[in-house]
Amino acid sequence: MSDISNNIILVILVTSFATYLSRFLGVVSSEKIKDTSKIFKWFNCIAYSVLAALIARMVVFPAGELAESAIFIRLFVVVVSVVMFLFTKRNLVYPTVASAIMLAILNNYLSI
Amino acid sequence: MINSKYFFQGFKSIKGLDSPALALGASFIAIGALLKNIGFNLGQSIFSTFLTYALPGSLVMAESFLIGASLINIFLAVWLVNIRLYPMTVSLMPLLLHKSQPRWKYYLSCHFIAVSAWLIMKSNYQSIEKKHRIDFWIGIGTGTWSVAIVSTIIGFLASDYLNKDMMIGLAIVNPVYFTCMMVGAMKSLQISLSIILGAILGPAFFFISPEWSILYGGVSAGTIAYFVGEFK
Repeated sequence: MSDISNNIILVILVTSFATYLSRFLGVVSSEKIKDTSKIFKWFNCIAYSVLAALIARMVVFPAGELAESAIFIRLFVVVVSVVMFLFTKRNLVYPTVASAIMLAILNNYLSI
Repeated sequence: MINSKYFFQGFKSIKGLDSPALALGASFIAIGALLKNIGFNLGQSIFSTFLTYALPGSLVMAESFLIGASLINIFLAVWLVNIRLYPMTVSLMPLLLHKSQPRWKYYLSCHFIAVSAWLIMKSNYQSIEKKHRIDFWIGIGTGTWSVAIVSTIIGFLASDYLNKDMMIGLAIVNPVYFTCMMVGAMKSLQISLSIILGAILGPAFFFISPEWSILYGGVSAGTIAYFVGEFK
């Protein structure tokens, strides 16, 4: 038991170190980058693209529970939620709550 | 040391109609339940969110742990999935750097860089004087991080009551929240193009290399958008 427990602690430490590393190196690089420079602008574009790529992948090629729903249902839920966001003066509570309910219902009725 | 006025102004971003609390809560409830299911105890689950605080990294850790991957492999898999934090940090910290502020604040608070806190800071930094931005950021970070930790605890304790439908519902909240935030961030041609191209190229590169698709897709999309915006 204590072996497994030690192993879990090690796994957590390794995971957090691998994660902090990119954040830490980002701060080191930031010391030399001015927020008005071209390289800052380029990194800004990349940051937004990488996030968009990550989110799109979560929807199109999901891992875990989401993989058990059909892709057209997921895309439909995302599109409806964004439309809801735009029509409610950018309220984020309605689309997020509605998306969970919509997906759970559609997944039950359409996948059988 | 930390200006409490700006700290609490940032901390309060977890309340209100554009609060990330709901989306963040939903995903970390799912993480808490997942960690319990793979055999972590409550303390270990809290410790994990406390130290890592990055959703895709925790998911990869759980998957790798389950198949018994070696520590080196876990390190590489997590590093690869969280490497997006590097461009995110480089595109945030220069906005917060100020001569009068001590360096430890930056090296400590970079731990809070995650999609939700980053997007809130990006859409609000202009309303804060540069000197106080780091304290405002520490407030946002502490707020979102606390939500993540509390939700991990809730998810761990509630895991027996969460059925499959509820887990699927929880899992869509996060991408929906981020998609809406990204649509809200499309204020210039360069950023809009970065986001749209990233959303297309990210999944497209998945057919070539699933592990590297986010990085390849993101870097190529961002670079194209940068040049289109600069030389238009």
